[in-house]
Amino acid sequence: MRQVYLDYSATTPVKKEVLDAMLPYFTEHFGNPSSIYGIGLESKDAITNARTQVAKLINADPAEVFFDAGGTESDNWAVFGIADALKDKGNHIITTKIEHHAMLHSCEFLEKHGYDVTYLGIGPDGRIKLDELEAAITDKTILISVMMVNNEIGTIQPIKEIGAIAKKHGIVFHTDAVQALGNVPIDVKDMGIDLMSMSSHKIYGPKGIGALYIRRGVKISNYLHGGAQENKRRAGTENLPGIIGFGKAAELAGENFAEHVKHCSELRNYLIDEVLKRIPNVKVNGSMEYRHPGNANLTFEYIEGEAMLLMLDAKGISVSTGSACSSTSLVPSHVLSALGIPVEQIHGTLRFTIGDFTTKEDIDYVVECLSEIVGTLRGVSSVNSKKGW
Amino acid sequence: MALYNDKVMDHFMNPRNVGEIENPDGSGTYGSPVCGDMMMITIKVDNDVITDAKFKTFGCGSAIASSSMATEMIIGKTIDEALAITNKDIVDELGGLPAIKLHCSVLADHAIKCAIYDYAQKNGKTYAGLEGFDPNADDDDEEAIEQ
Ligand SMILES: Cc1ncc(COP(=O)(O)O)c(C=O)c1O
Ligand code: FES
Repeated sequence: MRQVYLDYSATTPVKKEVLDAMLPYFTEHFGNPSSIYGIGLESKDAITNARTQVAKLINADPAEVFFDAGGTESDNWAVFGIADALKDKGNHIITTKIEHHAMLHSCEFLEKHGYDVTYLGIGPDGRIKLDELEAAITDKTILISVMMVNNEIGTIQPIKEIGAIAKKHGIVFHTDAVQALGNVPIDVKDMGIDLMSMSSHKIYGPKGIGALYIRRGVKISNYLHGGAQENKRRAGTENLPGIIGFGKAAELAGENFAEHVKHCSELRNYLIDEVLKRIPNVKVNGSMEYRHPGNANLTFEYIEGEAMLLMLDAKGISVSTGSACSSTSLVPSHVLSALGIPVEQIHGTLRFTIGDFTTKEDIDYVVECLSEIVGTLRGVSSVNSKKGW
Repeated sequence: MALYNDKVMDHFMNPRNVGEIENPDGSGTYGSPVCGDMMMITIKVDNDVITDAKFKTFGCGSAIASSSMATEMIIGKTIDEALAITNKDIVDELGGLPAIKLHCSVLADHAIKCAIYDYAQKNGKTYAGLEGFDPNADDDDEEAIEQ
């Protein structure tokens, strides 16, 4: 059976070039980068090279890139590191309702420990309002954290403008760029970013490795304590093959950027056009203008997402859904809720994310299967366009 | 590992008794506020025996499979026998559901009761199994979920 993976925002396969770059660092080049003999120093040099590769992708200085265990650790580090370092200045954090749980749950934890958090809402296009952000700032505000690209609806936030507001008020600005990396242009200097979360497994690198960009001069406490790795900022023997893989993946993402964006957005637009043409009662969620090139988030009215997911899976197609029914908490997607989509419609929402290995034939196959599956499930459903909800 | 067992998948992928009976003797709709699923069931009754049942369900795989199984279980049963069916019976007949999905089977069990209630109301009948049953109560609380 044909296998079509359309969940590149969940994770990506490791590219062959990336794997090839990593492999020697499991076996012959296994030395601990902290050791001062030959194979240790070789490892250290390889890490320096990877750091340079990642820095180049975001226009940072290599010394501002700190490897860690991925997007989740980077978000935690940013929030807790600033909350601690600036606790004498204030206890107020501004973020958004649509952040990844790595950010939201970290903020909720801080709320239990005396911090105040403002969660900004979004407009119908999925973007925050800059005047609301500015109005939320108080003399106790120590951190503004707004994700660059949302993982569900793919909306790109006005990062440069947010950076300017943060700078004007002298507040540290963090952005979760896990979904943005390799998909939208990132220039940390031009965008006024102080801290930025990155993850390797969304850009065809290995899982469990990522980095936090820390602009030189930003005061932030450590999150993991122990050895002197990462210039004494992040303890723990380095995930050497992971770092090498992340570096290589970042290099490839930079080299292939224009082609990648063109490939994904063309196929994404084709998918959306075909679905809207062939299947009635479908809605596109979020801005089309400010959008991740590979993201299509669609609501299929009158049916439920887990059921669609299972039927698609039976046809070899992998996608994800915002439906409560497929989450372990039975809570509908907080992002789609923030977008104002009614719960019953959130149930019928699927996220398709396209990547480098997606082909036009894949999309044709998916549209074919989708129109059949949507028809079947609508035939079973107790709600329909005539009866309404 | 698959999310659901083969039997659940079979009832989900090939649901039995989908549809709406024209001029039913009883019809019921039940929705669970927990996650916005909704089942509609229509029944034909002859001499206190359910001779036919059809359903339509908006919901996840396990809601559809439970609905399908529930209609299979009540066809040919007397009203009293059908009223005695619990959500646990439906789950057992399906060979089990993931714990988090048990509430979807409550949907089917309640929808059956709603349809029978409708039949009883229209025909001035009373059944012991309907005692205290309120078709409008949206109580999908934990207590109602057995197993
Ligand atoms: C926006 C965003 N932030 C953070 C994360 C977490 O990253 P990781 O899986 O590397 O911990 C993800 C991954 O799902 C994400 O999409
Ligand atoms: S209908 Fe939502 S979990 Fe079954």
